[in-house]
This record gives sequence, structure tokens and C-alpha cells, in this order.
Amino acid sequence: MSKSNLTRRGVLKTGAIGGAGLALPTMFASRANAYTNEPTGSTVTLGFNVPQTGPYADEGADELRAYELAVKHLNGEGDGGMINTFSSKALKGNGILGKKVEYVTGDTQTKSDAARASARSMIEKDGAVMITGGSSSGVAVAVQALCQEAGVIFMAGLTHSNDTTGKDKRANGFRHFFNSYMSGAALAPVLEANYGSDRKAYHLTADYNWGYTTEEAIRSSTEAMGWETVAAVKTPLTQTDFSSYIAPVLQSGADVLVLNHYGGNMVNSLTNAVQFGLREAQANGKNFEIVVPLYSRLMARGAGDAVKGIFGSTNWHWSLQDEASQTFVRSFGTEYGFPPSQAAHTCYVQALLYADAVERAGSFEPCAVVEALEGFEFDGLGNGPTLYRAEDHQCFKDVLVVRGKENPTSEFDLLEIVEITPVDQVTYPPDHPQFAGGALGSCNNGA
Amino acid sequence: MSDQSQTTGTIAPKAASRPGASGAAGRSRGTLGLAGKDFRLLLLVVALTMLAPFILNPFPQTSGLAQFNAGYPDLMQRFVIYGIFAIGFNILFGLTGYLSFGHAAFLGVGSYAAVWMFKLVGMNVLPAILLSVLCAGLFALLIGYITLRRSGIYFSILTLAFAQMCFALAYSVLTPLTGGETGLQLALDDPRILGTSQTASGNIPVPSLFGLEMRESVDLFVGGWAFTFNAGYYFCAIVLLLSFYTAIRIFRSPFGMMLRAIKSNQQRMRYTGLNPKPYALAAFVISGMYAGLAGGLMASMDPLAGAERMFWTASGEVVLMTILGGAGTLIGPVLGAGLIKYMENILSKINSDILHGWFAFMPDGLEDFVITVIYPFIGKGWHLTLGLMFMAVVIFLPGGLVEAGQRISRAVRGKKGHDTTDSKSEHAE
Amino acid sequence: MDAIILQILNGLDKGSAYALIALGLTLIFGTLGVVNFAHGALFMIGAFCAVLLSRILSMSYTTIDETRTDFLGNPMQVNVPYAYDFFGEAAGQTIIEWAVPLAILFAIPIMILIGVAMERGLIKHFYKRPHADQILVTFGLAIVLQEIIKYYFGANPIPTPAPPAFTGSFDFGALLGFDANQILYPYWRLVYFIFAAIIIGAVFAFLQFTTFGMVVRAGMADRETVGLLGINIDKRFTIMFGLAAAVAGLAGVMYGPIYSPNYHMGMDFLVLSFVVVVVGGMGSLPGAVAAGFLLGILESFASMREVINIIPGINQIIIYLVAIIILLARPRGLMGRKGVMED
Repeated sequence: MSKSNLTRRGVLKTGAIGGAGLALPTMFASRANAYTNEPTGSTVTLGFNVPQTGPYADEGADELRAYELAVKHLNGEGDGGMINTFSSKALKGNGILGKKVEYVTGDTQTKSDAARASARSMIEKDGAVMITGGSSSGVAVAVQALCQEAGVIFMAGLTHSNDTTGKDKRANGFRHFFNSYMSGAALAPVLEANYGSDRKAYHLTADYNWGYTTEEAIRSSTEAMGWETVAAVKTPLTQTDFSSYIAPVLQSGADVLVLNHYGGNMVNSLTNAVQFGLREAQANGKNFEIVVPLYSRLMARGAGDAVKGIFGSTNWHWSLQDEASQTFVRSFGTEYGFPPSQAAHTCYVQALLYADAVERAGSFEPCAVVEALEGFEFDGLGNGPTLYRAEDHQCFKDVLVVRGKENPTSEFDLLEIVEITPVDQVTYPPDHPQFAGGALGSCNNGA
Repeated sequence: MSDQSQTTGTIAPKAASRPGASGAAGRSRGTLGLAGKDFRLLLLVVALTMLAPFILNPFPQTSGLAQFNAGYPDLMQRFVIYGIFAIGFNILFGLTGYLSFGHAAFLGVGSYAAVWMFKLVGMNVLPAILLSVLCAGLFALLIGYITLRRSGIYFSILTLAFAQMCFALAYSVLTPLTGGETGLQLALDDPRILGTSQTASGNIPVPSLFGLEMRESVDLFVGGWAFTFNAGYYFCAIVLLLSFYTAIRIFRSPFGMMLRAIKSNQQRMRYTGLNPKPYALAAFVISGMYAGLAGGLMASMDPLAGAERMFWTASGEVVLMTILGGAGTLIGPVLGAGLIKYMENILSKINSDILHGWFAFMPDGLEDFVITVIYPFIGKGWHLTLGLMFMAVVIFLPGGLVEAGQRISRAVRGKKGHDTTDSKSEHAE
Repeated sequence: MDAIILQILNGLDKGSAYALIALGLTLIFGTLGVVNFAHGALFMIGAFCAVLLSRILSMSYTTIDETRTDFLGNPMQVNVPYAYDFFGEAAGQTIIEWAVPLAILFAIPIMILIGVAMERGLIKHFYKRPHADQILVTFGLAIVLQEIIKYYFGANPIPTPAPPAFTGSFDFGALLGFDANQILYPYWRLVYFIFAAIIIGAVFAFLQFTTFGMVVRAGMADRETVGLLGINIDKRFTIMFGLAAAVAGLAGVMYGPIYSPNYHMGMDFLVLSFVVVVVGGMGSLPGAVAAGFLLGILESFASMREVINIIPGINQIIIYLVAIIILLARPRGLMGRKGVMED
């Protein structure tokens, strides 16, 4: 296998005084290096930790495609993708700091234990210097804490909970994806323009952390513009049939249903809601409406026609017309034959951002990378001008408000962009109450 | 499930000289109170665990097969921790025949207890683990007292129901106590009254045993090989040996005989004037404490406790580990745990890129063909391999992995008639 | 009042799904005594029969539409189903839309075949093996089956809508004299409930009124004696297995419009179906059906926000809580037979 001599141990072995048993009593995290898994050979290993089994397996597969594409582009193969449109010109297509990019993959199973086991094996066995990926906030938060402890960088994949860069933020972790607060802030004005400011909302909320932060964000944004929240009911994660939650909605006097669900939950609750005739219903003299705060195009397919006309928000969509997005879609589409998902986009961007930060820092040392990423302003990666805020390691950029398309022309063409909410409208102070608690701490090199 | 012992036939590389049903009385005690065969088994386990860094890293770093090396701290720790979990489960299931389908709840309770100790008291692992065992034991006493009023499938479903309730509540309503979906984590502002809230460099301290950090490692380079000796692993390994030794003593004790009696015929036991319930409850609590110990160790190696540790699939996993290795045998559950964790961690990491690396020597057409054939079984398809392996083992090795070992050793020892008959007549344990 | 009627209705269709799945399982598990962890997978395969049929019906050839472009700017490829050519566009479209009901006919032979193959090829050898071995082998089989489905259909849920004739809701409230739109019940759920009732009735009638059923019931009670009478009970048990698979599969086919099928849906329902069977009592078909409806209705009530407000989290645990209470109050579930799977 060509990869094996690239692992940390392989590299160390060549550096170590070869031959018979010499023990170096050093710490697991540091070994003979200045920081965890310092790449000393001609290559550097990144760890792509995505769900490959379980309900998010397809999303994980798309993330992995994006990472493989990013590795190609970083190593100067293919058409270079968004490296060409990226405002920072540090990346030269010769790997990172001249080292060829290699990667290892793992399966998070969308379980925090399995995700951490997989990440630890990448760090301990394969010598990964950065871990990235994931398709749920639980996993992101768990792996982020692990990377902080082990002294490697974590570039979060798809994670939307406020907590990832709120109460569970870590100095070694970075998130490009948007969050619940931003969804609420972006959606509220559009909802007001379309549905008016005199509405009564009924929330169904997935009963776990992400659901809580999303409900809180949507409630506070919509209540600020005059909506009233009639009720908020929590639904079990393992629920398969939402009929008993949906049926009482019409009787409650509400005229908007907000589904704080993601993935399979969202598909089923939305399908059920449409089945119960909520789309055609009238309440308080108005048309009854449904809102899905976070859309996933891959998953929305499962709901079929039920998504038509339903508002939601998304981090990125392939139909964006800016040059960077177009370049990425072309690059990805040529390689795989279909357009990338928002999960693929955020993962690709995270890989590029990491590589760029290393180039600019001139080192793989986590603290140097953190410094290079903190407060970094960039453009040309598909979301317009973006800031990686130093205080909480959250990206601030435009947010897309989308709506289920009435007449899709293909199986990918499910959502249409209604509005690109400018970044100012979704920016919040680092000490915003929805993000209270927790501290970044200081960066960890693992030494 | 009473006919288990008869139908699984032979098993266990142990006590061949002693018919298992002979009772505890009048046994010759050898070293450490163990019969010779048991002592040799213990020595084997000691050797396996202590030399694991060598045994699990058979391939040099530069070879293509290094992908199959499992000798890195995280996986070695997992082998041992799940081994403890399975040993404990086997004390209940293997001896009494009570199939608990909710054992992961005790593991979860143990993990939460340990992490709370780290948050409130300090980073020393010993008190954390003691509290884990205690909490899990008390919890098992409560659940066992209720569930053991039923037997057979009714008992299984009762334990399952309790565990599922624990999972559902921990994931949602009890979020302030359990951290919910994201799990219970350490934070910089935890009190840690007997330790420090944060280290000098502004990070969260790591679990340690009187200052020896669980993540500390020493590397040994020999030729192309690299071996890692990890403090946390050896701590877990010593705990495993103690657990294993305790399990042998339980298996061979009069108490163990009572538990077997519960399995083979509760009716007869009652007629002889013995009440099986206290024995079953004791086994349940002991086995719950083993699970709590495993949970505490897990949190000590990696200070995070998540609710999905208590999901029914986690309970199902330990059942599968035990059956896969050989239910009722001493070493079987440990082997089963090792195999499942190995598949989960090693197979799932093989991707098409690595396959291309392996088969690069082949002509292009052949290479692509071979990769197309293998690809569905590795990486994202590792579940498929797992499922096929379960079926293959149970179809071809009715006694689990231990039977495979026995068949091999029988083949090695030659076809001496008395050997075969001897081990056939042996009681399954 | 209307809220309660509403939840009873919801409970009925949840319950009919539980009852159908549990019915199939109890034929295998409650009566043949085989712990079949692959039962959820059979349910899942049933649902994918509908997906497969819909794929077959909408099998297409590709034409290039020069007037439109795809996401890469190339000319758009348009798929035209062969059905449009055979039956005309309108009739072809209707046939594709009716894929789910049509899949009932499609699924029955497939499911019986799978069930019989499973019994002959695998389960047959495990009747006398310990339950532990049965768990391991059927769990392995379940994983293999679902991985095969994942390999061909992906991991994401696949929409399988009901025919347009069944979209929309039936206004029960108007029927009972409440205000309009107070008690709405989707047509498809009504169909599901009626369908479940028919299947359950048919299975009972089959076992009760046919000679075959009589022999099988005798075989469940005392396999050996029936064998001694010179009756080939093994063959009948094989047919039973096929029947159970068909019931599970049909439950899955018709569930598609309510729950978009995905490859792990079997595992989602597996534990639940075991709970239902055991709460109903081992060896009792009426028990399984009763438990299915009971748990379905209680689950619906527990999800009312008035209830959740009083006892937070009750909707998370209601099924398990009820299971515990019933099993503690009644040692063998609702209608269990003594001595079945009790040791």
C-alpha cells in the first residue's frame, strides 16, 4: 500500500534511530514532535469522518465526494475548482505547503461514540493532522471536543445547532455552516413579507439539542415581528408517524406550522402534514402555511411533492449564479454527474479553508492555523464575502431562503432561491443569549 | 432458553479434566484458587492482554497490510472495555440463561456517573470508576428486582423496555443531566473541587490515575514495526484481568453452580427448597456492575458520555458479542467483543483509494474487477460483512468462536479418540 | 371531545400498522418459537416492493430536449416512461401513480417466495437450536438484507405517494356533527385501516376455518403428536412462514405513503413489534392484534400536548411504560399461553 509510509509512525520511524528497540518516553499527543501528528515527510494526512452507515449515509457519501474532489484540487489535479475563484491566492495546487495531501476516511454512524472512535483512530493510527466532516450537531460537538483534547484542528461539516459555536465551542474547532439563529433571522422577514405579521405559529420540535436551539431561534425571530406562538410540542427522535402530533394543529387556532425537524423526521412530518390537508386548510381566515427552518435537498427528495411552496433556509444551493458556485457545480458535476448538496459544498469549502490557512500560517501547527483562520475574511467560495469570526469560530455570510419548487425540471431541482439574506441581517454579537455559556478556551497543539 | 447447554455442545478451552457438573465441593485448588486448566486460561489472557500491542500490530508500518493493524490505543482500550462488558453480561446470560436486552442502560449509567465525577470532583479515574460501579449496581438492583419477576422472553422485553426508557429520557427530557444528543462533556468552568478547572495552558484537564495521564504513551520502534504502549490501555487491561479472574471464581463457585441450576431447571431448584430469585438477582447486579465498570472505564479513556450508549442496538451488540464468542464460556465473550469492535473500526476505514493502492500491481482491467467485487464489503459496506459473518459463525460454528478454537486445537492435538470424546462430554461453560 | 376522537382515529391507524407487523411476527415467533430478528427487514422489503414496482412502471428511455439545459449547461436529458408509449400519456401516468396499490399484487408472490426461501434455506435448521443462535443468525440476515437494499436504493427515504384519488382528507367531524375541518382523517389512512382489518380477518379466518389452519394450530400446540399422526407439519410450517412474510410485506407496501421507505425502517420497527407481540402474550394472535391497537391508541394520547405538559417526556416512553405495567400485572401479557418462551 502506498499510503502506509505516510502515517505518522511511518514518518517517525524513518526519523527515529532505526533498528532495535529504542523507546522514547513521550506523551501520546506529542511524541517527538512539536505538535500532534506533525507531518515530517512529503505528505500530509487529513481525516474525513463522515456518516457512511445509518440514516445520513447518503449525505455522508456526498460529503466524501466533495472531500475527494477537494484533495484532487489541492494536489493540482482536475480543474482546480474553487481554488481559482477563492479570494486568497495562497493555494498553488501543489498540495499543502508542498506536501501532497493524503486522506483517510471513517464512519461516524451518526453516533458520538462511534464518531470519536473513528476520529481517534485517525489521529492515533493514521496520523491525521486535521479531522473534518459529520452530518449532525451531536457528532460535531463530540468530535470537536475530542480534537481540542488531542491537539488537532476540527473543521465541522454539516452542523446547524447553535451549540457548536455556542456553549460547546472549542478553540480548535471551526464551523463554516450556518446555524439556527441565522435561519431564524433570515426566514423571519421573508415569512413576514409572504404571510403577514399577524400569524399564530405551532411548533413541532425534534426532542434533542438541535431541535431546541432551532425552535428557540425561530420563535424569537418570528415573535419579534409580531407572530404569536400558540404551542410548541416536542416529538421523539425515533417517531415514525407524526399523525398524532399533526392532527391537533388545526384545532389549536394556529395558522402556521413550523417543523423543527431534520432528515428523516422532516420527511415524515412534512409528508404527514400534507396528508392531513394542512396545505389546503384555512385558519383564522388565512391560508394555512408550513415552514421548514432547515432544508436538506437530499432529504427533501424523500418528501416528494410535499415540499412544493414550503419556505425554509439552506446554507448553499447549486443553482446560485455567482462565479464561484458555478465553478464548483461544474467541477463536481463533471466528476460525478449530479450537482453537489449543501453538505458537499460546506465540506469542500472547509477543506480548502484549512489548506489555505496552513499555507498562510506557513505551518500545520494547530495554534498557527487557528490564528490564521480567526478573523479571516474571504470571498469566492460560493457564499459571498465571509468572515471567520475570531470570538466563536463561526462563519458569517449570506443565508439563502428557499422554497420548494412548484415545477421541478429534474430530480435535483427541488428548491428555488427566494432571497439571499445579506450577512448583516444574520450577524449577532458573540454574547447573544442563544449562544451563552461555554468558552473557546485556548488552542491546543497537543504538546 | 434452557436447552442451551445441551445443544451448543462442547466449548471452552478449560477444565477438560473435570466434568463441569461435578459440583464445587471437593475441588483441588491450584494457584490463586484456580484449577490448573483455569489458571492456564488466566495466564493465556494475561499474556494476550499484556502483549496486545505486539499481537495487534503484526504488520510493519510500510506494508500494505498495516491497514489491518489494530494496535493503537483507542481500539485496544475498546477491545478490553467491551470485553469486560461482555464478561459481565455472560455471568447473567451464560450462567442463568436470563437474556437481558437492556444491559447497555447500566453501561450508560456508569458513563454518566464517571463524567459527573470528572466534572464535579476531579480527574482521578479511581473514584470515578468506583462511583460508576456503585451507581450501575444500585440501578441494576432496582431494575433486576422488578424484571426478574418474569422469565424468558417476558424478562427480555422488560429489560429492553427499561433501557429504551432510559435512552429516550436521557436523549431528551433529561438533557440538563445527560447533555442529551451532544452527550455529557467536560467544560472549562466545571468546579472539579479536588482538582483544577483548567490546566495552566487553558485547556480541560485529562483523566489520570494519581497524575499518570490515561493518554500517555510510549513508542517502541523495531525494524519496520511501531508498537505503542498506552497507560490507559494497561490500566484497562489490569481491570480486565481482575474482572476475568473474578468471573472464573464466580463460574467455579457454589454460587455459580446455583446460577447454572437456575438455567437448567428452576422447577427442580424450587422443589429442593431453594429460592432461585436471590441468586438470579445477585447475578443481575454483578453483571450490571460489570457493565457500569465498563462504562466508567470508557468515560475515563474518553471523557464523554452519550445517550446512544443506552440505545437498544447497544444492548443488542453485547448480546451478539457474547453469542458470537460462545455464550457460557469464559473467554468467548471477550473474543466476540474483540471481533465486532475490530470489524467496526478497521473495515469501515478501508476506502476505494486504499483498495486501489493494494491492487495496483494487477493489470488495470483485473484491478477494477477485483475492487468492484470487494468494494461493497468494506468502507460504507462494513455492515454487510458483519451480517454475513454473524450468519457464517452461527451456521458453521454452533458454539461460537470458542468452538473454532477448540476445533483447531483438536486438530492440532491429533485424532486421539479420548480427546474428542472427552471434550464432547464436557459441560458448556 | 373532538381532540379525543381525533387521537382515537390516529391511534387506530398507528395501531393497525403495529398490529399487522406484530401479526406476522407472532405467526413465526409466538407460535413457531423462532426469534426472528429479520422480521423488520421483511416489512422493509415489502415497502421496497412498492418502490421497485414504481421504478419498473416508470422505466424510461432518454431523449434530449434541446430547448432546455441541465445544471451543467448541457442539453437537458428528459426521461420518458415506456408506459407513456404503451398506454398513452394519461393512462400511463395513472398506472404509475397507482404503483402502491398495484404493488400489493406484486408483493404477495415476492414475499411468499422470500419467506419460504428463508425458512427452507435457513430457519429450518434452527428450530432446535437455542434462541441465542436464532437471534444471531436472523440479526445477521436482517443486516444483510438491509445492506442489499441500501446498495441498490441508497440510504435516503424514497417518496412513494398514494394515488391522487386518495390524497386529501375525510371530514369525520362533519359526520359526527362537529364543525367542519375539526376532525380530519386522510383517506389513505382510512384505506390502511380497512386494509389492515381485512388482512387480519383473513389470517384469522384462514387459521380458524380451513383444515390447513386447523393442522397448523394443532402443530403449534403439540408438534410431536401431530407428526406422529402422519401429518407433514414441516411443510405446513414452511407455508406459515411464507404467510407471515407476506403479511409483513403487505404491511410495508401500504405503509409507503405514510412513511417514506428507507433501508433501516425495518430496524426502527423491529423492537416495537417485539414489544407488541410480547405484551399481547406469546402464542396468541388475538393478543398481538389487541396489543397493537392498545399501544397505538395510547401512544396517540400520550402525544397530546395537554398530556405532555403534565408529564414531560411521556410521549417518549409511553409504549415501554405500558409494556412494563402490563407485563408486571399480567405475567404472560394480555392473552399469552402458559409455557411459551417462558424459560
